[in-house]
Amino acid sequence: MRTPISASSTITISPRAKPLWKRFLSQWQVQAMIWPALIFIFVFSYLPMYGVLMAFQDYSLFKGFFGSQWTGLKHFEAFFHSPDFFRVIRNTIVISLLKLFIGFPAPILLALMLNEVRNMVFKRVIQTISYLPHFLSWVIVSGFTISLLSVDNGSLNILLQSLGLTDKPINFLSTPEYFWGIIVTTNLWKEIGFATIVYLAAIAGVDQSMYEAASIDGANKFKQIFLITLPSITPVILIFLILNIGGLLNAGFDDLLLLGSSPMLRDVADVIDTYAYRVGIINNRFSYAAAVGLFKAIISVGLLTMANYLARRAGSSLW
Amino acid sequence: MKLSSSDKTLHIIIYILLIILGMVTLYPFWNSAVISFNVGMDTSRGGVTIWPRQFTLDNYKIVFQDNRILHAFYISVMRTLAGTAISIFLTAIFAYGLSVKGVIGKKYYMIFAIITMYFSGGLIPFYLVNRELGLMNSFWVMVIPTAVSVWNMIIFRTFFMGLPVGLEESAKIDGCSTFGIFFRIVLPLSGPVLATLSLFTAVYHWNDWFTATIFINKTELFPIQTMLQQILNSNIMSEQLTIALKGNGAAADAMSRMQSVTTKSLTMATMMVATLPIIAVYPFVQRFFVKGVLVGSLKE
Repeated sequence: MRTPISASSTITISPRAKPLWKRFLSQWQVQAMIWPALIFIFVFSYLPMYGVLMAFQDYSLFKGFFGSQWTGLKHFEAFFHSPDFFRVIRNTIVISLLKLFIGFPAPILLALMLNEVRNMVFKRVIQTISYLPHFLSWVIVSGFTISLLSVDNGSLNILLQSLGLTDKPINFLSTPEYFWGIIVTTNLWKEIGFATIVYLAAIAGVDQSMYEAASIDGANKFKQIFLITLPSITPVILIFLILNIGGLLNAGFDDLLLLGSSPMLRDVADVIDTYAYRVGIINNRFSYAAAVGLFKAIISVGLLTMANYLARRAGSSLW
Repeated sequence: MKLSSSDKTLHIIIYILLIILGMVTLYPFWNSAVISFNVGMDTSRGGVTIWPRQFTLDNYKIVFQDNRILHAFYISVMRTLAGTAISIFLTAIFAYGLSVKGVIGKKYYMIFAIITMYFSGGLIPFYLVNRELGLMNSFWVMVIPTAVSVWNMIIFRTFFMGLPVGLEESAKIDGCSTFGIFFRIVLPLSGPVLATLSLFTAVYHWNDWFTATIFINKTELFPIQTMLQQILNSNIMSEQLTIALKGNGAAADAMSRMQSVTTKSLTMATMMVATLPIIAVYPFVQRFFVKGVLVGSLKE
């Protein structure tokens, strides 16, 4: 079935003795395990990367990528001058920053609280419950949100009415003023528990003798949290914060599409990604949408490079 | 260790806050379940929150008799099975190949793969590539384009490289081929990492609604999540419509009360059905994922 020579495929005793192609053939089995995936990556990641050049074309479905006319920066200019530009950029940055300001510290706070719980059963129960929403699809989560906030006997309206805070049910889901709050809360609900995992791991690594020493010196729990736990996990917090800044233009997609698709909410819900989707795939303006996407990608790469640089600096200066 | 009184106060506050958090997290789920078990007409009279007022299984009976929903459920099951199996297989052999010593071109293959973690063409070119490949309105568009996960490859590879080298060496000396080593020695030792990544991949496939939204416009190929999204979308529409009609007299009101089941109660029952598989695997996922997440974040 097999020859003994190719059986010793991967251990090459004298690597330079044979020409490259012979060595390559002798390890065909390993190569055969690698190449299918490389082809997949080429087709589904590299072809689209190359295809992004259509942002400089007037791409038409009939003429295809190679038949379409090149038009330079036309679509970029159109985007920069369009009335959508300011709104889309503002929404992207505002939603992203709101998510960061609230969604970033919340899991740290939760991790600190969970760490104080001594009853292990209680701790496990809370953790199990709080991780669960992470595994639900955005469709389900948006369904919950729609049901809870519904004008038609949604639980929140029932609560507000029974407390006498409002006499008429509030139409939360199509009032632009509420949209950002709803998005931030829904995201917080979905991800707060799951995001604690990393911080809990970091807290678990803190030297326990520091707490003993502190309590002998008379520091109460509150002081211990601020003087020992928080400073000890600062490096982790800092790295995550910097990486989050790298993703500043990722304001979210599924949540905004599912909860903000109503035309009434367009002024507050349209971000770069959802805009590119709507203009490109629904309205078939492919080249224009590709230009919008490329604009975002270029700025994102810049932000990421900066973030990585900062992370490395923060990492080294902290040691 | 004894707690001082200020520490006790702090602990009480923390316990209370955590209990509130737990309840707030569970409530949306609980409330939807309650509505799905309540007579729809009764729900629309208001006040159904933490306990069904008129218990019924009618909503579920109708959902389980609805062929479109059952079919969407079937599509979801099939894509989850096919998607997970193909993805894990391709990614695992890829990772193993890149973990073997002395593979020609390994460094370049790694760079080739990792670049895709930082750069992508974006949605539109991705969409058009799939379109050109004839994947529009095909079941396989939900399986093939995401089959190779570079992220999972790195986790697999880290695991494979941590396996004792001696095992593979001795198998090689015994005349075992690379395929043989992988399938007969490496894979049986990779239970935990296989389970973790399979579960994550399966959860992704079960939850994904967007792929079908953009690539598929035949309802009979919709997975349950996409179907549900369309139902929810039409619900919002009808609710806004009802609000508009309400000033117009009781016509809309009567319309929505004609049957004991309502769109809302049916939607909630469908949502519960779509969530059930996640709840069913959740205990297993939870056992593994903490480890998985930490491996992932170390790589970052």
